Amino acid sequence: MSNEEILKELRAIVEEVAGVSPEDITEEKSFVDDLDVDSLSMVEIAVQAEDKFGVKIPDDQLANLKTVGDAVSYIATNK
Amino acid sequence: MTRPQLRQHTGPAATRLLGFGSSQGNRVVTNDDLSRRVDTSDEWIRQRVGIIERRLADEDQSLVDMAVEAGAKAVANSGLAPSDVDTVIVATCTLPGFIPNASAQTADRIGVKAAAAFDLNAACAGFPYAVNVASELVRGGSARRVLVIGAERFTEWIDWDDRANCIIFADGSGAAVLGPADEPGVGPLAAGSAGDLVDMIGLTERGHIYQEGRSVFRWATTRVAPIAERAVELAGLRLSDIDVLVAHQANLRIVESLAKKLRARGAREDMVVADDIVHSGNTSAASIPIALDHMKSAGRINTGDVMLLVGFGAGLSYSAQVVICP
Ligand SMILES: CC(C)(COP(=O)(O)OP(=O)(O)OC[C@H]1O[C@@H](n2cnc3c(N)ncnc32)[C@H](O)[C@@H]1OP(=O)(O)O)[C@@H](O)C(=O)NCCC(=O)NCCS
Repeated sequence: MSNEEILKELRAIVEEVAGVSPEDITEEKSFVDDLDVDSLSMVEIAVQAEDKFGVKIPDDQLANLKTVGDAVSYIATNK
Repeated sequence: MTRPQLRQHTGPAATRLLGFGSSQGNRVVTNDDLSRRVDTSDEWIRQRVGIIERRLADEDQSLVDMAVEAGAKAVANSGLAPSDVDTVIVATCTLPGFIPNASAQTADRIGVKAAAAFDLNAACAGFPYAVNVASELVRGGSARRVLVIGAERFTEWIDWDDRANCIIFADGSGAAVLGPADEPGVGPLAAGSAGDLVDMIGLTERGHIYQEGRSVFRWATTRVAPIAERAVELAGLRLSDIDVLVAHQANLRIVESLAKKLRARGAREDMVVADDIVHSGNTSAASIPIALDHMKSAGRINTGDVMLLVGFGAGLSYSAQVVICP
């Protein structure tokens, strides 16, 4: 799965969990500061991403995923 | 000589809830009150946990005082006298000590003389457990009518300088009376535990409650929905039959996530979802019966409604069952 494909799926998850419009979800955006996704929504996003991509995203790793790009590369390396 | 033959008996095949009651202290603590003490804000708390204000017991109001008031109201709301009840169960995890228990003195003060009485600790999952035990006692012929009470006084267990926990917990008691019925009104219990996750919620050395908030949130938003669904299945119903969802009022975000998951699996959009946490806070074993009593009094739930009760919390423990609204 390419990074573009991961981003596409991740957009759908973030939209579904936090109601952010997909066009705003680009790699440089910070979840908390730019997209208004709080730490509890991040947990829900992580749970769905685990299902979708077959990765493990433990809570302590989750705190390091500041931007959408961080999440995409974490998923790309760990799946 | 023939060996003496033991007798075992059974009671009525069906049971139901008969009425609710609740009790809360008069101390209302708003988010602004808390933000004067710790670094937090009304906006943060509303967004993360959905609480606007919580109710604490009065200074001189004990856990048992609240249990007595809630229990007595539940008996009256069931159209019964205390002497019609023979068993009292108090679900609690915040009693100041293990001896004496809460239930015997609660029973006596309500006027249920010489009651069979015991406490039950399954933390926030306590109420559905206790309702199930009550129902089986009646069905097994050991009890006729059971007063089931959830009661918690968290005030002493909260570190009021710990902003992650002082914003969540509160005090209160809720109760229901259970008795024999012509038609089934209490479904089987779907319950279990995850003792390997025991460290997620506990007490600090100084005796204050702590939790790994994010991990608890993750667990609650992934593991609880299947239990709720199992309870519906055990009752021989479908999710679309559920009129009311009364989940433990842990955090409104958890409740909403559960409702969303159940709707995605077939629950109705017009299913009423208890949100009593908004004005009551998280009262552990008391949160479900307090919500039931408030919703019944406000006309948000009605006689005959099919209600799904779901408890989850420290242990970790979880429990769910379907009941019919009295
Ligand atoms: C407790 C809970 C509200 C904390 O939320 P959280 O997002 O997990 O909080 P965290 O501890 O990860 O902290 C996130 C940020 O908010 C801050 N924060 C924590 N509590 C805060 C408060 N009361 N006010 C303002 N900010 C707070 C943290 O310092 C942290 O800031 P940082 O990212 O700048 O470091 C949340 O985890 C929760 O409700 N979990 C479920 C608990 C529950 O329901 N328990 C009952 C089970 S029966």
